[in-house]
Amino acid sequence: MSEAKPIIEFKDVSFWYKSVDEAPALKNINLTIHEGDYVALLGLNGAGKTTLQLCLNGVIPNSIIGEFQGEVIVDGHDTFDTPVREMAKIVGMVFDNPEFQLSQMSVGEEIALGLESLGYGYEEMVQTIDEVLAIVGLQGLIDRSPFGLSGGQQQRLSIASALAMRPKILVMDEPTSNVDPIGKEEIFHVAYELNRERNMTVIMAEHEVEVMAQYANLVVVMHEGEIVVQGTPEEVFSDVELLDGLGLRMPQVAAFGYALEKQNLMKLDGHYPVKLNTAVETFGRLFK
Amino acid sequence: MEPIIKVENLTHIYSTGNVVAVKDVSLEINPGEILGVIGQNGSGKTTLVKHFIGLLKPTKGKVYVSGIDVSHQRVQQMAAKVGYVYQNPNHQLFARTVRDELAFGPKNIGLSDEEVEERVVQAVKFFNLEEFLELHPYRISFPLRKLVGMASIYTMRPDVFILDEPTTGQDNITTQTVYRLIHKLRDEGATVLCVAHDMILLAEVVDRMLVLRDSELIMDATPREVFSNYEVMSSTHLTPPQITTLSLRLKERYQLLDQTALSIDEMVGAVKNLSKQ
Repeated sequence: MSEAKPIIEFKDVSFWYKSVDEAPALKNINLTIHEGDYVALLGLNGAGKTTLQLCLNGVIPNSIIGEFQGEVIVDGHDTFDTPVREMAKIVGMVFDNPEFQLSQMSVGEEIALGLESLGYGYEEMVQTIDEVLAIVGLQGLIDRSPFGLSGGQQQRLSIASALAMRPKILVMDEPTSNVDPIGKEEIFHVAYELNRERNMTVIMAEHEVEVMAQYANLVVVMHEGEIVVQGTPEEVFSDVELLDGLGLRMPQVAAFGYALEKQNLMKLDGHYPVKLNTAVETFGRLFK
Repeated sequence: MEPIIKVENLTHIYSTGNVVAVKDVSLEINPGEILGVIGQNGSGKTTLVKHFIGLLKPTKGKVYVSGIDVSHQRVQQMAAKVGYVYQNPNHQLFARTVRDELAFGPKNIGLSDEEVEERVVQAVKFFNLEEFLELHPYRISFPLRKLVGMASIYTMRPDVFILDEPTTGQDNITTQTVYRLIHKLRDEGATVLCVAHDMILLAEVVDRMLVLRDSELIMDATPREVFSNYEVMSSTHLTPPQITTLSLRLKERYQLLDQTALSIDEMVGAVKNLSKQ
C-alpha cells in the first residue's frame, strides 16, 4: 500500500452552495486518497459527505454553481478545468436511491446510455455490457426492465452502468440504504471485490460502521463541513470520546472494548478491536 | 387480556398471478407489545401487516383488531385505530406545510382546534421540527421527511403503530429519536409493529419477533431466541448485531457464557459475572 500513488487530492477546499455569508458546506478540506484505497466517509446527515463526493467528478464546481475555493486533483486532472463528461470516465458515481438513476426500458440499454457518449461501436458496446453485468452478478438479465429488479439488483445495475465507463474510482453515497439484507450483502460484496481484485479506489459514505471497519483502510469522519479525524479504522474507532461527542456510532466490538476498559474489566491501552475476528481473539483472553 | 390483533389462519392470494403471499398464518398480539416483523422482500411481511389496516382483505382466515373483524371495515374507519408509517414518506405526505401535515389527521377525526394544536406542539417538540413547520414537506431532507411521516401519525394517537423500516437512511442521532419514539409509544400504552432490518432496533428495542420466509411465519419468539437460531438466521440472510455475533462466537468456543448478549451492556454484564466466578 505504501507504493500506491495519490489519486485524489483535496487542497484547502471550501464550498458554499449560495454565498460565503452562510456556513460553508465544506470547510478547509485537505485529504489525500491513494490508488486502491477503500475509503469510508462517516458523519451525520448534513455533515458534508455528499458535497465532498460531488467534488470528485467535478459536478461541484462545474454544474452546481456556488462559491468554490481550493483545488481538487483527481487522477492528475484539476476538476475545476476538466469537463464533467471527461471526469465521468475516471469517477463512477452510485447514489442512495437507484430509482433516480435508472431511466431506460432494459438493463442493457441502461448501461449503453453512458457508453454512447464514449463513441463505442456496437461490438465493443455489447462486450462491455456483458463484462460489467458479469462483474456485478447480473448476467442473463440484459433484456429485463430495470424497474422489475429488486432493490439490490437495481443498485448493482447502477454500479454496472458506472463501471462501463471504466472508471478508476467508484464513489458510492449510502448505496445500501434502500435495499434489504440480501441486497446489502450483494452491494458490499461487489464493492469489496472491485477494490480487492481490480484495485479500484472506492469511496463510500455509509452509516453501517461495522461493515466499514471490515472493508475500509481509510476512515474519514466529517462534521459540519469539516474533516474532524481521518486514519485507519483502528485509529479512528479508538477515539471513542470524539465520535461519541459528534453523535456517531462506532463498531459495537470497539464500544464494548472501551466499556470494559472504562470499568477496569480489561486492559486494552486505548486500542480496541474493530473487526469481529480480531474481537473474538482479543476478548477470548477473558475466558481462558 | 384481550389481544389487540388476532390473526386466524390467514392466507392471502393476490388475484394477479395467483401468488400466495401469506400462507396460513395465526398469531395474537397483546396491547403494549413491541414487535419486529422481519423477512426478505417478498417474504410476505408487508402483505401481512396491510391486513391490520384494512388495506387488504383475507383470501382465507380472519383478522381482528380490538375484536373487530377487519374485513367488514373500511380503511378510513381503521385509520383512527391503526397508523401506518410508510418506509418512503413520499407515499404518505401530501399537505403544503409540515404544520398542515401534522394537523391533518387529528382534524380529520374531529378533534377540537385546541386539541389539534396541542398535539401538533407535542409532536414538533419530540421530533425537533420547530424550524421546518412552515416549509413544504418536500423542501426538507429525506430522513427528516420520514420523521414528519412518523409525527403525522403520532398526532392521531392510534392504538397500533406500524412503522415500515423507520430507521433506514437515518443517522445515529435520528435513529436514537426513532428508538425513543417507540419507547414513548409503549409508555403511552400503544402497540408497535416495526417492519425492519435494523438489527440493533430488533435486538435492543423489540420484545418479540415474527420471522417470515416464503409467505410463512417460521418463528414467533424473543429476539434472543431468534438471533441464537442459526438455521433461521442464515436461511433468511439476517446477520445479528455484531455484539450478538461476538457473544455467540465466544460462547461456542469457551462455553462460559450462559446467554446470548443482545447489547453491549449485556455483554459487559456477562464479563462482570465471569470475574465473580
